[in-house]
Parts: sequence; structure tokens; C-alpha cells
Amino acid sequence: MMDFVATLLTWGVLAQLVRIAVPYVLAALGGTLTERSGVIDLAIEAKLLCGAFAAAVATVESDSVAVGIVAGALAGASVGAVQAVAAIRLGAEQVVTGIALNLAAVGLTRFLLGAIYGHDESSLNIVGHDHTVWRSPIVWLAIALVALVVIGLERSRPGLRIRAVGEHPEAVAAAGASVVRTRWLALLIGGAVAGVGGAQLSLGVGQFVPEMSGGRGYVALAAVIMSGWRPGRAALVCVGFGAAETLQIRMQNLGGGLPPELVALLPYALALVLLVAIKPRTSAPSAIGKPWP
Amino acid sequence: MTVAASEAAATAVVPALRVRATRQIGDCLAVAGASLEVAAGTVHALVGENGAGKSTLMRIVYGLTRADSGLLELGAPVDLAHHSVAGAQALGVGMVHQHGMLVPTLTLAENAVLGREPMHHGLVDRARAARELVAAARRVGQTLDPDAVAGELTVGERQRAEIAMVAGRAGRLLILDEPTALLTPDEVDALFDLVRRLADAGGAVVLVTHKLDEVARIADEVTVLRAGRTVATWSYEVSTDEIARAMVGGEPPPTPARPPQPAAEAPVGLAVQGLVVRGPRGLAVDGIALAVRAGEVVGVAGIEGNGQRELALAIAGLTPITRGTVTLAGRDLTRASVAARRDAGLAHLPEDRHRHGLIDGATLADNVALGRLAEVRRHGTIDRAALDALTARLLAELDVRPPDPAALAGALSGGNQQKLVVARELDRPGVRAVLAVHPTRGVDLAAVARIRDRLRAAAAGGAAVLLFAADLDELFALAHRIVVLYRGAIVGQLDGAALADADARTRLGRWMAGAA
Amino acid sequence: MTRSVETVRGAIVALLVAMAAGSVLVIVAGGSPLEVWRTLLTSTLGDRASLGQVIFRATPLVFTGLAVAVPLRAGLFNIGAEGQLTAAALTCAVVAALVPSSTPAVLAIGAAVATAMATGAAVGATTGALRVYRGAHEVIVAILLNAIIAGVALWLGNRSLFVGEATRTATIVPGAVLPSLGFAGSSASWSFVGAVITAGIIFWLLARTTAGFVWTATGRNLDAARAAGLPVDRARVSSMALAGALAGLAGAHFVLGHKHAYENGLGRGVGFVGIAVALLAQGNALAIVGSALLFGLLAQGGLGVAGLVPKELVDVLQAVVLLAAAITMRVRTRR
Repeated sequence: MMDFVATLLTWGVLAQLVRIAVPYVLAALGGTLTERSGVIDLAIEAKLLCGAFAAAVATVESDSVAVGIVAGALAGASVGAVQAVAAIRLGAEQVVTGIALNLAAVGLTRFLLGAIYGHDESSLNIVGHDHTVWRSPIVWLAIALVALVVIGLERSRPGLRIRAVGEHPEAVAAAGASVVRTRWLALLIGGAVAGVGGAQLSLGVGQFVPEMSGGRGYVALAAVIMSGWRPGRAALVCVGFGAAETLQIRMQNLGGGLPPELVALLPYALALVLLVAIKPRTSAPSAIGKPWP
Repeated sequence: MTVAASEAAATAVVPALRVRATRQIGDCLAVAGASLEVAAGTVHALVGENGAGKSTLMRIVYGLTRADSGLLELGAPVDLAHHSVAGAQALGVGMVHQHGMLVPTLTLAENAVLGREPMHHGLVDRARAARELVAAARRVGQTLDPDAVAGELTVGERQRAEIAMVAGRAGRLLILDEPTALLTPDEVDALFDLVRRLADAGGAVVLVTHKLDEVARIADEVTVLRAGRTVATWSYEVSTDEIARAMVGGEPPPTPARPPQPAAEAPVGLAVQGLVVRGPRGLAVDGIALAVRAGEVVGVAGIEGNGQRELALAIAGLTPITRGTVTLAGRDLTRASVAARRDAGLAHLPEDRHRHGLIDGATLADNVALGRLAEVRRHGTIDRAALDALTARLLAELDVRPPDPAALAGALSGGNQQKLVVARELDRPGVRAVLAVHPTRGVDLAAVARIRDRLRAAAAGGAAVLLFAADLDELFALAHRIVVLYRGAIVGQLDGAALADADARTRLGRWMAGAA
Repeated sequence: MTRSVETVRGAIVALLVAMAAGSVLVIVAGGSPLEVWRTLLTSTLGDRASLGQVIFRATPLVFTGLAVAVPLRAGLFNIGAEGQLTAAALTCAVVAALVPSSTPAVLAIGAAVATAMATGAAVGATTGALRVYRGAHEVIVAILLNAIIAGVALWLGNRSLFVGEATRTATIVPGAVLPSLGFAGSSASWSFVGAVITAGIIFWLLARTTAGFVWTATGRNLDAARAAGLPVDRARVSSMALAGALAGLAGAHFVLGHKHAYENGLGRGVGFVGIAVALLAQGNALAIVGSALLFGLLAQGGLGVAGLVPKELVDVLQAVVLLAAAITMRVRTRR
């Protein structure tokens, strides 16, 4: 047991932890922005998956990681845009919209994978790029984004309006600011940030595999909820989930002992237990889920 | 009305505001060609019953609601089709709304600059926002803490803050929509002083209200709306009776006599003892003891926000009780479920009929079934014939219109919706106590009369009635005894003979304000 | 409670939008929409065997559609049908293999079905209770439970329940097998008849009974229902328990009417399609049968047009229908 713990305390494991945690963290940041503006964000999963796919394809085709990151952000923002049209413009039921987008993302990415690279390809390999965590631009971008979102939400003009619009959109309208434009901005930025998280998913392992988002979007939403919709705390909780996933992988390699099928469930079980046990001190944005006007 | 103000009104050339508008909301015409003209330097009262269209018309002027057609002049013509809040603000229009327009999670400074945030190095300049707010408040004679979080203030404090924020910027026209509902008498005095000063300085103030004593006190001119139309306008002194007639379109219904006081030996119907209830900001109800006898109507007076809501919800079983007891005819209901309380004979007329009373998207029949399920269920299914018969009877009892069991509750007017709730609840067999919370709020005058009659009948039939109302008129019309709630405790009581005294209202008002 | 004509219109609009979107995707994939729609219809309705396959595919969708529709009435979202049916299928298969081979069909099937329903109900009730009493959002809980149940089922199977090299439990006794419905050798079984009867029962339950009224009132306005003294917490948990039992019936269908054992990965995706089935049918239990047949046709037709367009198109199409239904419906679920 102690030997196992010892094997964990290496730089290699730390790098692995960072690599794994980044998608959770960025997904939660994006989800927080969307939810704080008053729109239920169950489509985080779709943003991660589309971001992963777009980043993989773009990197392969352009041979540049930077282009891949941008593609991931754009893909995530596109999902956010569809979500915005449905939820803001058309007043659709937001929970169903999120689930529908997640299903659509699964089918669409599979479909496009076959359409672009041939139907025999079940995955897309990204070769020729350094996967080292500390040299990955996404990791540093992620750290910057955490700071940007935390500070921006509290101190910037769009941040103020996003916070206001999720609690009391009538007051925002009465003050002369646009509820619709503020929510669109939140969904586009939130989508882009989650999309970058998706880019890390595929670029981090050098491969795109269908459905590789694996439920992380839901786990990230759980983190948003239990952290009381506060981005800094949500990021921390997500590092915890990243640690759980890293731990689970390490434990698989142990062999013998614990059954691999159960070990793989560690992040989900952790999320479930925490979600049930923790009642966040800050409640959900008061206007969340209600169409405007 | 001051002579100086009427002279100023006569010599002003271009009115501060001229508007005529039509606006349909859902199936009804909220505003049907109503018009209003306000001269600079005047205080203009816009009067009408609930639902007459006053708020809607003003929201159109402020750019918050789109008009279907009409014209608007704020010194110069304004294109109604492209009018917006930003546009109205740019023209010097400010509005303080009936229901608070502050974002509860933001500070007062943040609320004040929302929409026109001062920037410094790419971030919102908080220091400047705070400075500007404090200065604006001082200009209207107030002191505010710019860093206070809006949701942590009392409703009165929030309203005063909103007035301070808006008054300073509204150079041309200040619209106050029912501003005194949440203020103590002293705060009302301060508000009216401010209004007078603004008008005397050349600004225009529109006071939307349904309280005729305020009109008599402060208004230079009066316009009456009824059913979305302008029915009368005066720029000279006019009696409140005449205004009331215009509001109603005829003679207002006579005030019937109060029912006789129940005998002192009548059993105690509803009682609370040492009741403590937690609210959003600490203890909303802090140790209340109250007993209502069978056949008695006890009125609870107080400015909104002093614990009435929590007290009513606690008695109804919809919010947890921290300490103390609630008993009905001797039975302890403190830990009882809502269903058990209803079975024991408690009837609840909720404050918010849309939230706790009715399902807007369901038919009238289904809404009746909601409150009377035990009577219309048979072998696990709903007996439609019995339900329809019950519904027809209830609709007829209080003249609910349209008397169609298949109509959707959301399509009825506020008064008819409330009558349905009242009929459904008070008609239940075995009702021993009635918890009536603002039972005539947002209800037209004819329905008000019917609902009050029904409550009197309930008391005459032996029920103990606990009546919450912010309107002293309502309490005087119905109650044998009035208690005053202030900061979660009962600070005063008047009964029987004391109620008939000339200074009864003054004494109640002082208790409501927290004075001795 | 009343349903307006608007909701029927909503279903039709959703379908049309989906068809339009599907046609666009077909063009992107380099196919011809007309040819695809024609092949879709001929490959599904053309001969008895295909028709039988459509019925076979529709059967579990009726159950999972109902499993979504019932809690939806009460204001809750059930995406946990997948986990509920997996757990139910596993226990059902174990029971159906354990009973003595000489057990008469009625008892064998009865015991197996009862086990499936009870297991599914337990999972559903847990999700509901966590939402009602702990405030944990039922969608996230369900997704997490789906994953956890799948993992636990795999572990139990690998540990002791799977037989031989495959990830499959012991074959059920002959008495527990649901007879086939024929249709020229298709996989359709009598479970479809069971599905239609269940839909009828649920329809009656929701429309006519007191329980149905309480669920509907709770879903329409939770506060008003609570103020009226209705047992809203119990009602919401019980709606989820019933939903779990219905999803369990889908699991029983797979075990007793198709695979005759539990296999890893059984019924994958059926839970999510059930959401689309329920929403397209606007939550109406009888319409769900028709909606399920439609989606069954899509699924079966997806194989038929596999030469013309990739099969993932069907998945995207289902998602588009769901999205269109979300837009055209006025569903009010509480956070």
C-alpha cells in the first residue's frame, strides 16, 4: 500500500494529473459562465466532444497545435451558439436541449469521422506533436483562463452583467442593458472555453476516439453545482475529479487486488457521493432555466 | 395642491410627457388608447384600480414594454417602435418600479451602474461607482452604503436606494409606481418632500397609485384610468369621492357593517404560542403569541417585510417552525403536514395565488379538484360528474367569470382567479380557521366586495379568521381586533372600542413604523 | 388536464424539421434524400420480416418512452432508463436461469418479470429520493448511476455470473422464453403485446386515476400542489419508482424475448432514444406506441440505407428530433 502511494508522488504522475484535470477544469469554467447567465448547461459534454474532434482534425490537417486549439474553441462556441438559439431565441426547454445536443454531438462526430477519413477508421491519430504536459500550450492557457474567468466574472463589465442577468433579468432590462446579448456572450465564451477543454482531451493523448468525452461534461456540471456556481471553487473541485481519474488509472496498472471494472468508476462514484452530500451554500442563479422574457 | 405648482403648469409650453398608447397582453387589452399629459414642474397622479393599465402605460413610456400603437412625446416626438429603456434614460426619464428592480446578489453600487458602468483599465471602476452613488443619495437627502448587498437590506431600504439611484438622473420625468406600499409613514413623508422639491425645481413627477389619500396630499393634477382607457383628468382640486367614482365607473359599493364581536367565552380557534420562524435574513418571526377565537376576525397589520409572510407560511405548514407551537381548536399542528392541517379544519388563502393557489395552465374544474380531491375521488379515480357539479356550484357562489369549468385558470382576471380560490377553500366542509393573506390584492373592486362578504360569512359561521393585509382599510372593514407586526414581534393591539376612535389609524401607523 | 391542439402541431413540426435536417445531412454525405427516404420505407415496410424487425426494435422503446413520460408528468427528468434496465436485465436473467427447468411458463416469466420490475423500481426510486430529499439534480445523478451500474454489472458478470469466455450469463430456462410473434422469422416477440398493454394501462393511470392527477398537479405547479396538501414528495419518488419498473420491463424484454440471457452492453442507447420517443409523443402514453414504432422504423431503416448513407445519420436524426421537440414543446421541469 505504501509502495503504491510512493509511486504516486512523482513528477510523472503530477504531469498526468494536470493533463487529465484540464478538460474537467475548462468544462466547469465554461459551464459556470453559461449557468450564471441563467441558462441550464447540460450540453457541456457536447462542447467537450466537438472540441476534441475539431482540434484533432484541425491539428492533423494543418499540422499545427495552435490551429487545433482555435478549432476546438470554435467548435465549442458553435455548440454554445446552437444552445443559445434554442434556449434564448426560441425559449426551448433547456434540459432537453442539452441532452439533445450531447446526443447530436456523438452522432455528428462519428459521422464526420467516417465521412472525412473513411468508414473503416474508428479513431484518428494525431502524430508528430510533443505531448509533454509542461510544453503544452493548452495547459498554460487553462491556467490563464481560470484567472481570467474568476477575475472577469467579478470585476469586468460583461461579468457584472452576466451575474445580474442570471439572478434578475428584469432589473437588467430596466437598467437599459440587453439581456439577450449578455446571455449570448456568456454562452459563446462558455462554449469556447469548454471547447478548449475538449481540445486538450484529444491533443493530450494524441488521438480522437468516438465518445471520448466519457461523461466528463456531467461530472463538470456536478462540480459547478457543488461549488455553488463559483468558478474558482469549481476549478478546484475539478482538479479533485482529475485526481480521482488519475488515481483510477494508476490503480488499474497495479494488477491483482481491486477489480478494474469498479476502479474505473472512481470519478463517477466520487461525483455522486459529493453531489448528494454537499448542499452548496450559494444557491443556483435565481432566473436559471426560465426563458426571457 | 399648491398654487405655485398650478401656475407653473399653466405657463409651461411643452409638456414634459405626452403619451397615448395601445397594448395587448395575451387576450386582453392592457392599455386601450389610454392617454396622459404631464406638465413640467408638476406632480401628476395616475390613478386607477388594479388592472386598469397604469403600470403598463408607464412601462411603455419608460421603454420597458413595447406599445402596439400610439404616440409618445418627451419634449420631442419619440419613435415608439424603436423606443428602449436606454433611449428613455437618455431623454431624462427615470422609473422606480412597483416590484423591486435591484439584483439581490449585487451591491448597491453595482446595481446603480448596471448598464452604464464606469471603466478603469478595462475593469469596472468600483470606487467611482460608489462615489457617484453616495453623491446621488445625498442630493435627495439620503445616506447609503454603496457596498451593501441589495438582498441583505430590508424591502424599505431597497426601495429608498432605488429612489436615490433614479431620482438624481431623471431630469425630465420621474415615474414612481406605487412607491409607498413598502414605506413607513415617516419614509412616506420624506418621499413626498423629495417629490415636491423635484417638481418645484422644474422636473415632472408621475405618481402611480391607487391610494386616494396620497393623491389629495401631493398631486397637482390627476388622471384616472379604467380598463385601459383614460376616463377623467383634472388639473384643479377635486374630491376623492369624485376620483373614486371615476375609478369604478359608478358608485363604489357601500361599506357594510362589521359583524358582531363574538362572545368572550367563544373557544379559541387558532392560536400560536412563542412562535419563532427563520427567514432569509435571520429570525423573521421572533416570539409571537396570538389567539383567535371562533367567530372572530383578527387583522395583522404591518409594513411588508416585517415577518407577515413567514408567519402565514408557518401557520399554513409551508415553512418550517424553529420554535413554538401552532394549535387549532386545541390540536397541536406544529409538526403536522399540510394535509393534516387542512383535515383539522385550516383553510389557507395564499398571498401569491399563482404560486400557491392555482395551476394557471389547468382548467377551473381541475383547479377545484386540486383543493377538494378527497370529495371527488372514488375508488382511486376522479369522479368527473361530481367534480363538474362541485365546480359549477363554486363558480356560481362567488360569480366567477366566465363560469366555464373547462376554461383555463390563467385566462381569468386576477379578481376571478382569487374568487375561485376563496370559493374553493372556504366552502370546504369542516373549516374551523381561515388564514387569509392579502386576500384582495390585485383584485377589482366588485370582487373585493364579494371576497370580503365571504370572509364575514365564514366568521359568522364560527370560523376563526386571521387576516393579513397591508391596507388599513381592509382591516378596518373586516377585523374585530387589529395587531401590528414589526420586526417579527407584535408591538401593539387595538380592539373593539379603541378601533372606533378617531386616532386609531394614527396609533396603528406609529406601531407599524416602530415608534411607541 | 387539458392538452391543446398546439402540442399535436408541435409533434408534426418536430418531425418535419427532423426530416429536413436529415435530408441536408444526406446531401452532405453525398447521397440523394429521395432515394434514402424511399429505401428507408421499402426496407422496413416492404416485407413481413422487416415489419417484424420494426416491431422488435420498437418494443423496448415503448417501455423506455413510458419510463420518461411518467416522471415527466410529475416534473422530473428520467435519463436513468439505461441504468435501470441494465440492473433489471441482470437480475431478471439470473432469476430466469435459476428457476427449475420444469417451471411452467406463467410462473417462470412471471417471476422473471417481477424481478426486473422490482430491480428497476429500486434504482428509479433511489434516483427520485436523492432528488426529492437531498436536492441532487436527477439528470446528473442518473447519468452517474448509469455509468456506475454498467461498471458494477460488468464486475459481477466477470466475477461470477458470466458463463464461459463470453460476457453473457447462463441461458434462461425454456419456460421463461417469450414466444416469438412470427413475422417470417423476425425477432419480434410477445413482449410487444405486453408493451402495448402496458402503454394502455399507463394512459389510464395518468388520465383517470387520482395518482395520475396528483402527479400532473405536482409537475405543473409544485408549490400549489404542496399548498393544497397533496403528498408531493411521495408522488415524485413514486413516479420515479414506476419509471424504473417500466425501464425494467425493457430489460426483461431483451432477456426473455431476445437474447435469452444477459449480455454486456444489452440495450445500449435505448434509454436515450426513449427520451425522444416520449417527447415526440408529447408525453401521451398511447401516442408513445406510435412514436416508438416510428423510431423503430428509423433504427431498422438505418440498416437498410447503410449502403447509401452512414448509420450514424440515424443517431443524429434522433438527436434532431429531440431538439425540435424541445423547441416546440412547453415542458416545465423544475431545476
